[in-house]
Amino acid sequence: MPSPIASIVSAGISKFGVRDGIYSRELFAEAEKEAVDNSPNLDPRKDVQALFLGMMSESYEHQAHVAPLMLDWVGLLPKPAFRTEGACASSSVALRAALFSIASGIYNVVLVGGVEKMTHVSTTGVTEILAMASDFPFEQWHGISFTGIFGMMAVDHMHRYGTTEEQLAKVAVKNHEHGALNEKAHFQKRITVNDVLSSQPVAWPLKLFDCCPRSDGASCIILTSPKIAKKFTDTPVNIIGSGHAQDTLSLSERENFSMMQVTRLASHEAYSMSKVTPQQIDVAEVHDCFTIAEIMAYEDLGFCKPGEGGKLIDEGETHIGAKIPVNTSGGLKAKGHPVGATGVAQACEIFLQLTNQAGKRQVTGAEIGLTQNVGGAASTGLVHVYQRGD
Amino acid sequence: MSNTQARQEGKISFVTDETGTVLPTIQNFYSYCSERKLMGTKCAKCGAIMCPPRAICRKCLSDKFGWVEFKGRGKLLTYTIIHFPPTQFQALAPYAVGIVKLEEGPQLSTMIKNVKVEEIRIGMPLQVDYETAIPKEWPRWARYFFKPE
Repeated sequence: MPSPIASIVSAGISKFGVRDGIYSRELFAEAEKEAVDNSPNLDPRKDVQALFLGMMSESYEHQAHVAPLMLDWVGLLPKPAFRTEGACASSSVALRAALFSIASGIYNVVLVGGVEKMTHVSTTGVTEILAMASDFPFEQWHGISFTGIFGMMAVDHMHRYGTTEEQLAKVAVKNHEHGALNEKAHFQKRITVNDVLSSQPVAWPLKLFDCCPRSDGASCIILTSPKIAKKFTDTPVNIIGSGHAQDTLSLSERENFSMMQVTRLASHEAYSMSKVTPQQIDVAEVHDCFTIAEIMAYEDLGFCKPGEGGKLIDEGETHIGAKIPVNTSGGLKAKGHPVGATGVAQACEIFLQLTNQAGKRQVTGAEIGLTQNVGGAASTGLVHVYQRGD
Repeated sequence: MSNTQARQEGKISFVTDETGTVLPTIQNFYSYCSERKLMGTKCAKCGAIMCPPRAICRKCLSDKFGWVEFKGRGKLLTYTIIHFPPTQFQALAPYAVGIVKLEEGPQLSTMIKNVKVEEIRIGMPLQVDYETAIPKEWPRWARYFFKPE
């Protein structure tokens, strides 16, 4: 294995869900406090040098300029704070930027976080704010929602490969099964294939239970240079690969709607950097904003061949205890998707899994993990590879 | 009258350079839609035909273009039926949207109208049409849509 880029020494995550009356700064403070409290050797005022924060939209809370705000709310003024935006991948972009800051030697200890407060806005309002991450003149202007974009991907995948609505439903069922084991998850209730198939259509073939909820939540990790990680914990998790790619905002300008080119490119970069193959991944958190997105992630990450994602879920290979457990946290579908928080929340889950702290959803003996996070119609894509560092 | 003023008064106007050449912009694409024309650009250097128009050619990075008019016919590549739309489209739901590949090559996202949902098929031939009424607020663009031939 190559030398690690940086090490995660602690992780914190707020309760995800409908957090009535709790706003983004309070959610972020909740996540940050947990990360700090879990790292007793860390003195945040003395040790932390900067904050990298992902948040998608100012529209939810009528609040821009959130980097200093979040920093202030965790008591760390006047340190530098950076806010990144990459739609639903905003905090994975923050993580990538934080990795550069550590790898360059400029910083040794930074906070990386993400946050979004969404549930006080109506469903149509959230639909509209999320749609801002698609192309305005050629998608939004023609009434195309995000579910619509993923609906078009799903129809293409079904037409091209014979993927079925039942297979899509099984992704939701699995992720709810996993979410039921996560006390921080938005939904902690199992559902059946029939529940998904009989739920109301949102953008056919995607139905309500094929879609992740709008959620409130925040996430935070403490990232250090590998050489000082052991100062803060005996069980760090090393980030050994990072990949990042972009694609057109408009889905229509792509050659193939059944795959996410950004996932393929970002995973290729992350796999080459880490010298890890898809077969070596013990546990993965992938971007299941809609069930079809998880099927495509299996294929684009190399967990199966293109077109065989439906078969992989049919065979139950992505459940906890099977060949390649995916979305042990419940994923975006059951854990929830406060969009800015999601990328770092995925890293939090992998940290818990690789440090044997995932409780009822622990993947036995997990040593290598992966996160895959996309923004918009996969116009932004990031993949990270993690390894136990003890 | 300035372009901005003309647009504010609901008139069709084009953004041009000092020689009067219509620039390859999105505003101009939609002004052509107001004239019931579906237009794209042809790169003066590599010949690539693009729609939407872009400031820089996707293929060769040139910034020299001429406009070309499309026949407005194409085939449906994929689609979906939207039941939960963004706020301003609520009155239309459920409605079909899809991606059309024009005979000339470019691909466009579009609403699909004048069709029964159960009759929509991948590969079906479609023809462009327009809603030329220009909204009172920005962006003051017409809309194209596609329908069965």
